[in-house]
Amino acid sequence: MSDLRDLYQELILDHGRRPRNFGRLGEATHHAEGYNPLCGDKIMLYLELDGDRVRGVSFEGQGCAISQASASLMTEAVKGKTTAQALALFRKLTALVTARDEDVAAETDTELGKLAVFEGVRQYPLRVKCATLAWHTLHNALEGKAEEVAVTE
Amino acid sequence: MSATARPQPVRDSSAAEYDVERIRNDFPILSQSVHGKPLVYLDNAATTQKPRAVLDAVNRYYEHDNANVHRGVHTLSERATIAYEDARTRVGRFVGAASSSEIVFLRGATEALNLVAHSLAQTELREGDEVVVSYMEHHSNIVPWQMACARTGARLRVAPVDENGELMLEELAALLGPRTKIVAVTHVSNALGTVNPIARIAQVAHDAGARLVVDGAQAVPHIPLDVDALGCDFYAFSGHKVYAPMGIGALWGRRELLEKLPPYQGGGEMILSVTFEQTTYNTVPHKFEAGTPDVAGAVGLAAALDYLDALGLENVAAHEQDLLAYAREALLSVPGLRIVGNAREKAGVHSFVLEDIHPHDIGTILDHEGVAIRTGHHCAQPVITRFGLPATARASFGLYNSRQDVDRLVAGLQRVREMMG
Repeated sequence: MSDLRDLYQELILDHGRRPRNFGRLGEATHHAEGYNPLCGDKIMLYLELDGDRVRGVSFEGQGCAISQASASLMTEAVKGKTTAQALALFRKLTALVTARDEDVAAETDTELGKLAVFEGVRQYPLRVKCATLAWHTLHNALEGKAEEVAVTE
Repeated sequence: MSATARPQPVRDSSAAEYDVERIRNDFPILSQSVHGKPLVYLDNAATTQKPRAVLDAVNRYYEHDNANVHRGVHTLSERATIAYEDARTRVGRFVGAASSSEIVFLRGATEALNLVAHSLAQTELREGDEVVVSYMEHHSNIVPWQMACARTGARLRVAPVDENGELMLEELAALLGPRTKIVAVTHVSNALGTVNPIARIAQVAHDAGARLVVDGAQAVPHIPLDVDALGCDFYAFSGHKVYAPMGIGALWGRRELLEKLPPYQGGGEMILSVTFEQTTYNTVPHKFEAGTPDVAGAVGLAAALDYLDALGLENVAAHEQDLLAYAREALLSVPGLRIVGNAREKAGVHSFVLEDIHPHDIGTILDHEGVAIRTGHHCAQPVITRFGLPATARASFGLYNSRQDVDRLVAGLQRVREMMG
């Protein structure tokens, strides 16, 4: 039996309650929208790119604690990174939350930093999409697919 | 006074004699633990659990009688056909049909509503005509009408719902006019629990010369049904919401209307004769049942209705109303909890929000406490949006739920507040 605290860690609850970088970004060069039709989670992501570096990032939206915390921690993680580094984090985060129990390689990845807090999500297959919505939206924004709504279900 | 003059104990007449513990034992799935705690199943509006009598009936059918129906002359085919048609008679009696030929077996309420929308549109909808639905419909009583309107050029109009979650009858009546051909409403709202006054709606619909189609998916497990007294023209429901297997459901329609309605799908069983020049359709209800039907499902549905009748649907309804009132008080005792949908007459469902905690988080934490509820928009997005919400948490009750289940729900919600507060 898994402990609920594996999912709702303090860091997640804190970012869920008080999301960082929340609001519209005036100088946004890129944006994209994400939607999770199952639970109604919505996110609008704003990016300010300077060359291929993320100078600014923010989001607006509503959703569960996991999706809000994920978006909040994502903005902190990708700020100042190159787009290639941000996309690498997208792949690592996705691998972390979808890994099978026995496949623990992802969690020892030091590049994930604070994002490793989402490891507990893998015990909750129905909540994986909550944790990845912001990241799929980031992926669309970076790939220039602003007109596509990232949908996780 | 002699012993014989003593009043006999009245049996099965009060909810107080309703023995939930004994009833629970009829449902094998309920005896398990989830996350180490005894399961409390409060997601009955999504689907109900099945009593052993239903599971046994389905098994028995496959072990002894299975064959295709209305086809062979051999013994098993005859038995299967009798079982299937007996089930139709059983369903007809349950809903108050004038004849079993008014019962069409389908996959569920969704397929039934699609059939009516598709076929009724063919004969009754022209460009400029109107179809009226309510704001509290499940997507399955919205989308088929949108599709029918798109095909015919008819217009979909929506009757509003007030703050309490009640259908606004005057506004509904004001929408109806000579262009209105069809009114389609739910008997009981799956998202709010509201019971709609179908008999009155039937009157205003018929006064305007429109047909009334009723989605009965949420009503059938909770409210004794008499389609004739309701005065509607079509009534759709799903077996799996009334303790029968998934994959079987029924449409009731007035015989004269069913006879005029063109078929929905073509194939075997729905024809009398086929040549490449000309096909003659079968009589009702068979012309709506193309292909091999879910005979085992129909047998299971009949067994579920037998089970319900043995308990007495009036007793079940009284028990559930008592439980709903108890749950309302208990839920409102949780600080920060707000019930969404406060209609005067409700059945089976309490939707709620808790402070600004997202329903999805509520659902996950309750699951850890062994309590199963539904969270989200309940496939009724327009009405949830109407209340300014992206989602609600929904506890929905069945005949096997008890006050202890409600207490476990409330204790779980306290845990939610501790964790997320």
